[in-house]
Amino acid sequence: MKFVDEFRNNEYSKKLVEKLNNISSEKINIMEVCGSHTMAIFRYGIRDVLPANVNLISGPGCPVCVTPQSYIDTALTLSEQGNVIIATFGDMMRVPGKKGSLSEKKAEGADVRIVYSPMDCLQMALQNPSKKIVFLSVGFETTAPMAAITVMEAKKNNINNLFFFTAHKIVPPAMEALVQDKELKIDGFLLPGNVCAISGTEPYEFLSVDYNIPGVVTGFEPIDILQGLNTVVSLISKKEYKISNEYKRIVKTEGNPIALEYLDKAFNIVDSSWRGLGRIPNSGLEFNSEYEDFDALKHFKIDYEEYDGSPGCKCGEILKGKIKPTDCPLFKKLCTPENPVGSCMVSSEGTCAAYYRYHKDTK
Amino acid sequence: MNDKITLSHGSGGTQTNKLINEVFFKHFDNDILNQMNDAAQVDIDFKKLAFTTDSFVVNPIFFNGGNIGKLAVCGTVNDIAVSGAKPLYLTSAFIIEEGFSIEKLEEIVKSMAQQASIAGVKIVAGDTKVVEKGNVDGIFINTSGIGRIYENVNINCANARAGDNVIINGTLGDHGMTIMCERNKLGLEGNLKSDCACLNSLVDTMLEAYDGIHVIRDATRGGVAAVLNEISEFSNVTIALEENNLPLKEEVKGATEMLGLDPLYIANEGKLCAFVPEAYAEKVLNAMRKHPLGCEAVIIGKVTEETGQKVYLNTIVGGKRLVDMPSGIQLPRIC
Amino acid sequence: MCLAIPGKVLSLDENKGIVEVGNMKREVFMHLVPEAVVNEYVLVHAGCAIQMIDEDEAKITLDILKELAQNEIC
Repeated sequence: MKFVDEFRNNEYSKKLVEKLNNISSEKINIMEVCGSHTMAIFRYGIRDVLPANVNLISGPGCPVCVTPQSYIDTALTLSEQGNVIIATFGDMMRVPGKKGSLSEKKAEGADVRIVYSPMDCLQMALQNPSKKIVFLSVGFETTAPMAAITVMEAKKNNINNLFFFTAHKIVPPAMEALVQDKELKIDGFLLPGNVCAISGTEPYEFLSVDYNIPGVVTGFEPIDILQGLNTVVSLISKKEYKISNEYKRIVKTEGNPIALEYLDKAFNIVDSSWRGLGRIPNSGLEFNSEYEDFDALKHFKIDYEEYDGSPGCKCGEILKGKIKPTDCPLFKKLCTPENPVGSCMVSSEGTCAAYYRYHKDTK
Repeated sequence: MNDKITLSHGSGGTQTNKLINEVFFKHFDNDILNQMNDAAQVDIDFKKLAFTTDSFVVNPIFFNGGNIGKLAVCGTVNDIAVSGAKPLYLTSAFIIEEGFSIEKLEEIVKSMAQQASIAGVKIVAGDTKVVEKGNVDGIFINTSGIGRIYENVNINCANARAGDNVIINGTLGDHGMTIMCERNKLGLEGNLKSDCACLNSLVDTMLEAYDGIHVIRDATRGGVAAVLNEISEFSNVTIALEENNLPLKEEVKGATEMLGLDPLYIANEGKLCAFVPEAYAEKVLNAMRKHPLGCEAVIIGKVTEETGQKVYLNTIVGGKRLVDMPSGIQLPRIC
Repeated sequence: MCLAIPGKVLSLDENKGIVEVGNMKREVFMHLVPEAVVNEYVLVHAGCAIQMIDEDEAKITLDILKELAQNEIC
């Protein structure tokens, strides 16, 4: 497959690994803030080939992991309203709320359907005129523009039985909260490549300017990740605190201005709760007044109060990169992929799930 | 007959007999079945038999590459074949939803007859029940089967040993991705096709090349990952796979990449994994490649000297990652 | 939260397009890449093309890697 296979080239990967092991020997902490990076790193066994002095931490880049329990519980409540079809990405199906998961609710008879794209909800609404479709609209800057497009298409085509239960978040404010945490020592970041495809690199300049921490915009194929690691380790060792782009075939400095305009037209920036990180100002997106009729909470008159956390669950500290999954007392004992306690285990890209599945010391 | 199954078709009276004669007996036609006894009476001249059962509830009932009936015959034939036995006789029991199309039922039964003929087995007994609308999803089928275990063959999932090569007869994930895309209306279009097939003649070819093959298992639900983890557990061995060697159709690659799925965990219905001692691996592989169901056969890994029960993948960057037992059904993701 | 894959644009129809990934086709929103034309490659995330793929930049990256592979690492 073009633009895929070339970036999975064996020979190049091995050379990049060699190069990475010859840059510096000082102990450094690098954080990646994209769940898809967590997955790819584990999928390709990249931790195995890192030099011993490089500690790679998985940060809060999984929109499922950072969505509070209250979101799932409210989704379950929405599924109980009459004639409702819940449309959701597959990622959300097994996330546990306090009242269970969507998967369990489906087993009890609720109409819960997996969609690949929000676009498919438009068809679903047209094909089921007597039903109300509630789309669980989650995701970061990569996904929010298509929620915007979908709600605009719904409005344009007078589709009045499609609603959105939104929980979109934006990454830079969460990263700023992380670097302000004195207990965390992060020397450099792998920046989320596809988020930057939308937002550009400018929103991350604060890392360099205000905190002297370098960041490298990184893609998701093994070559991209190895290249990103090479560059960030090199920047750290040379004390060059800048934002560098190693995903130029996708990411422009200005991002995708059209996508940003869609976000601007459909959403307001609001404060938002991140599971494990607490409330972070200006880190969430909500439909503005022009699209509020499509808001599920408004339509079904549901008061939404956020809460999260399960007793003993260390997802919060894991998301901040303070501890590894193996440091959580529930890991592998009470919390497993079959019986997940926290979102970090449920989401296939959650740190704990990835660790459980791929880490060679698991067995 | 009118065109839909009704409750009377399952009540044991004239309608039932009519259905049995005009659909089942018409296509399953064989000397044993035609005796119309309550139980099939067969002569056997061997001491050790392989005996298995399986139920089929697939949705959608018809898919590119087959239907529930084809699966029902191939699945049971394959379970017998990979045990190192010659499949001989099958039974098939149907639970049908009131209102099901008789034309569709006949198409399913015809497929079964066709596969039985390819596999060289006879369907010698059966049963038909009809339930009220909503109590099954269209049609469910159970098949049971018996086969004669070959002498001089000792195939057992506890027999894998260090040095064994792991051979697969072709591409991963074809069936599961076909079903997923057709069922979930994910909007993906392409030439995905189930690999559903009876593997007994391939197994015969393999055993002719070398009758000391240690393990053969067909990789169905849970994919190759499930089967290899089971073998790793029962044989108490470590299995190392090579990512570079895993065979994939372009369509399966495209679909799994788009949906965020791992082909190692996706179901197959015409694939087997064989554990062959190193010295004989090339011979078995070459024999497989001459068979229509093995032309893409490839060695995907081996049993290592390491202690412990695990399966891992040597990745393209030179790292290792664990291929754990699958947990729950595979779901598409965006993250 | 970034699962995305490059795909080839096969056809366009106003704001929608048919994109091909590994011989599989899917209808995709093209609102974010109005400049896309048939036979070009776009990055597809959850049924939406989110950015064009710059072939020249891809080539530059691969050329650098090719050179790296041909030289000894010291």
